[in-house]
Amino acid sequence: MDSNQASNRSPLAKGEDSSMRLSPGISLKNVLVKSIFLFILLNLLFALFKPVPWLARISAYNSLFPGRQRLPFGEIQDKAYNLSLYQLDAMFRSHTIAAGKSLNEYRVIVIGDSSVWGYLLKPYQTLTASLNRMHLTTPDGKPVRFYNLGYPTINLTKDILILSNAMKYQPDLVVWLTTLEAFPHSKQLTSPIVQHNPNSVRSLIRAYNLDLDPLDSNLVDPTFLEQTIIGQRRSLADLLRLQLYGVLWAATGIDQFYPETYDPPQANLEASESFYDLNPPTLDAQKLALDSLSAGGQISGRVPILLVNEPIYISQGENSDIRYNFFYPRWAYDQYRSLLMQFSQSKGWAYLDLWDLIPPGEFTNSAIHLTPLGTERLASQIIPAVKTLVDQTYVP
Amino acid sequence: MIILEISFLCNRLMSLSGCKTILTLCVDKMPTTSKIPEFRLLAAPILLRSKNIKHFLEYVTQNFLTRKPVCLPALYAGSLADYRHSRSIPSVDIPGLLASPTLPMPILQITILCLVALLIGAFVRGQWRVWLLLVASLAAVYWLQPFTPISHLDFWLPSISVVLTIFVWAVTRQNQPWNSKDNWITVGILIGFVLVIGLSRYLGPVCCLTPSRPPVLYQIILLIALTTGLVLLFWRTSQGRSALLAGFLVLILGLFIILKTEPLAAWLSAGLRSLSGRSSSTASALDLRWLGFSYIAFRLLHCMRDRQNGRLPEFKLHEFLIYVLFFPTLTAGPIDRSQRFIQDLRKPNNLNSQDLTQSFQRIAWGFFKKFVVADTLAVIALNEVNAAQTSPTMWLWVFVYAYAFRIYFDFSGYTDIAIGAGQFVGIKLPENFDRPYLKPNLTAFWNSWHITLALWFRAYFFNPLTRALRSSKRAISMPVIIFLGQLGTMTLIGLWHGVTWNFLIWGAWHGIGLFFHNRWSEFSKAKLVGLTQTPWLNRLSSLASTFLTFQYVVLGWVWFALPEPAQSWKVLLGLFGYGQ
Repeated sequence: MDSNQASNRSPLAKGEDSSMRLSPGISLKNVLVKSIFLFILLNLLFALFKPVPWLARISAYNSLFPGRQRLPFGEIQDKAYNLSLYQLDAMFRSHTIAAGKSLNEYRVIVIGDSSVWGYLLKPYQTLTASLNRMHLTTPDGKPVRFYNLGYPTINLTKDILILSNAMKYQPDLVVWLTTLEAFPHSKQLTSPIVQHNPNSVRSLIRAYNLDLDPLDSNLVDPTFLEQTIIGQRRSLADLLRLQLYGVLWAATGIDQFYPETYDPPQANLEASESFYDLNPPTLDAQKLALDSLSAGGQISGRVPILLVNEPIYISQGENSDIRYNFFYPRWAYDQYRSLLMQFSQSKGWAYLDLWDLIPPGEFTNSAIHLTPLGTERLASQIIPAVKTLVDQTYVP
Repeated sequence: MIILEISFLCNRLMSLSGCKTILTLCVDKMPTTSKIPEFRLLAAPILLRSKNIKHFLEYVTQNFLTRKPVCLPALYAGSLADYRHSRSIPSVDIPGLLASPTLPMPILQITILCLVALLIGAFVRGQWRVWLLLVASLAAVYWLQPFTPISHLDFWLPSISVVLTIFVWAVTRQNQPWNSKDNWITVGILIGFVLVIGLSRYLGPVCCLTPSRPPVLYQIILLIALTTGLVLLFWRTSQGRSALLAGFLVLILGLFIILKTEPLAAWLSAGLRSLSGRSSSTASALDLRWLGFSYIAFRLLHCMRDRQNGRLPEFKLHEFLIYVLFFPTLTAGPIDRSQRFIQDLRKPNNLNSQDLTQSFQRIAWGFFKKFVVADTLAVIALNEVNAAQTSPTMWLWVFVYAYAFRIYFDFSGYTDIAIGAGQFVGIKLPENFDRPYLKPNLTAFWNSWHITLALWFRAYFFNPLTRALRSSKRAISMPVIIFLGQLGTMTLIGLWHGVTWNFLIWGAWHGIGLFFHNRWSEFSKAKLVGLTQTPWLNRLSSLASTFLTFQYVVLGWVWFALPEPAQSWKVLLGLFGYGQ
């Protein structure tokens, strides 16, 4: 900066020259009227054609950025480089499963709750990462690849919603981890992802005759106004954000916020024997969503299912003679295990009951979230069952 | 009893969780898990164990995992009546909730300010326009002030902005009578306005113009009385006026330095916390987020220096307040010159169709730049966290470029909105940006980037310094004068953003760059004559210069964007494939 140059220069004048000028003959009134007309027209067209699902299929994942190893989920977006959204197509397109199935691959999808998704676990520490590290192959040597399609929040309807979408990606085997908390009827429509995909959920309810009300008020049906650009601004922003976070995912490999500390699962429990609206002595199977579990079997069709009762934290603290943990009174959980065993036998499904596999020290912040070591241990128990199933069902 | 600053907390939680509706929770009646299924699902084990509100809120803030809308608008242990009538309720610091160093103006606030400007410009004529501009500017000072965890500081900081402006007007006055009708009206508006804000504390927690409840009325009356007394004292002082002026220069510079220096600001915050009976252990520089003070201070300094040099025009009190606190320019400039501003303010505003359309265009463009382009780029722009997490060179370049464009679109977007809103009310604010990234050299870049700040430093630092060096008894060579002038000016511009090593280095980076460009221009003027006579070579040279200048500026942003020199250095090495 030279002082003479500074004093001679007039940025104001220059700036004004570069400012936007109106062409002669343009009137403000016309501009306003046309803008409002176009604004309304675009919003109406948007609501009419509902392009969000179509837009959700546009993805830079698996091309510009590597696909994600688990479905997008996260509320602390700026730290997790991840977000929760409702467009299942967008979620799947961002996943590595959408990269296409090679001929030389035996594809196993793993569905379930946050313990499968890998809450507090890095992508290389999740159950599917552990399973992939075991390098299982088919009898003719094809590598078996496991895909993490777990999604936080626990209910079976959410699981079958994910499963029904996952079937487009040609799985050869389904591993389904679940727990009693996913079964109460009253919980089936509580996941936001379920609530915001009302049409898909209704299709499932009708197709598989689920004991759920298609008009349940938990299902969020957008009004006409909510389907306009203004109404869908959050969905549109989510789609854009998902792509932007692809840059950060590619650059850092981070897809979750890891707090420095967390509280371990609750060890001292209430002296309560209730589980939702169920009371001892008998667990009423009618109040559990076994129909959703059955629907899962129908959705997978000829693709075999390995059902896993996932490990839970078994407390040894106060009132642990009444409850296993925060979630479960002992009577309910014990009867649930028997029910699940009977169910899988009746359906001819392969079944693994790993409820007490993991010692209390290998749980992180809840009665179902495992440490990396706990996850490895779980994987080591699942892999032989998968191998058996692959050997039994594999068709070259 | 524990009370949280409700509106702030609610906004913050809403932005973190994306919640849209509100669920009221009382801490003394913690909801059972069965009433909140999502908590039962994911949060209940911790929620139930939370014995205190702080822990609970930390949990909600950091671990809220579902899209189930939850907000905490009335999170208190006690009745609403207790809340309204209690005078000394300690608030709680919640780590994470106050983590954001600056709270950007939400789109709604900007839209409302633009609408206010439009209404004033379109429907108000004559003196009413000026009075309404005063009221709107006063309202904006209080309304835009972010929440601070120190009790009532979000009332006192804007009040100090107003009081300082009045004091500076009093000490820079020239020959006007103090008891003019306009000044009386201004005093009436000021007192009435501040009293109304003070009285709003009794209307309930959602009433107020300030982000938290204003202090009790007697404190506000004391402020008014003290200000009036001091203004009268300054007014009547004719002896020692220049000393008083110098004193205010030092005071404002001192305040500015304290606020921009993190340890000093933290120290001041600890003092203020102690004064308000709060623990000083959680004191932070972020407690003293003073809306627009950087710009207010520079306008005041400009007026005082111009008064010392006899260049300041005569201002009435309301004109001076409008100039310093002009609401479109409060948060992000531009820093207009008082001489130019006062001419526009005194001219009648005949807003015609063309002006209106131009303003709309400018504002729409500003909104697009700020809220679409800049906010999108912000997601992938370089910051302390992603810089530490990333090593591949390609992605580091992506982050740095994203930062470069983000900062440009953000700042120039705000400027466009300010200029458009100013135009509504008949104030043609100066341009702050003129396609800076397309300039062929660093000097041209600084003539087109944050133009008004650069001009301010030229006028009040660079020019006086170079003049002084030229006329010094010991002959100093011109290159040394230029070097000292440019390095000094740019490091000060760097420090204006905050007294940190990184801002200092960023300033020095540009100071050295400007010096080298100056020397290169001198050197190449004679040697490269042939180049300028060959059109394609000339064009190629211009493109190469633009590219190199842009790269130099982009690399400079690495110092600006990150807090520590070591991290910036590591990123710079990483950009060239070293240290991977």
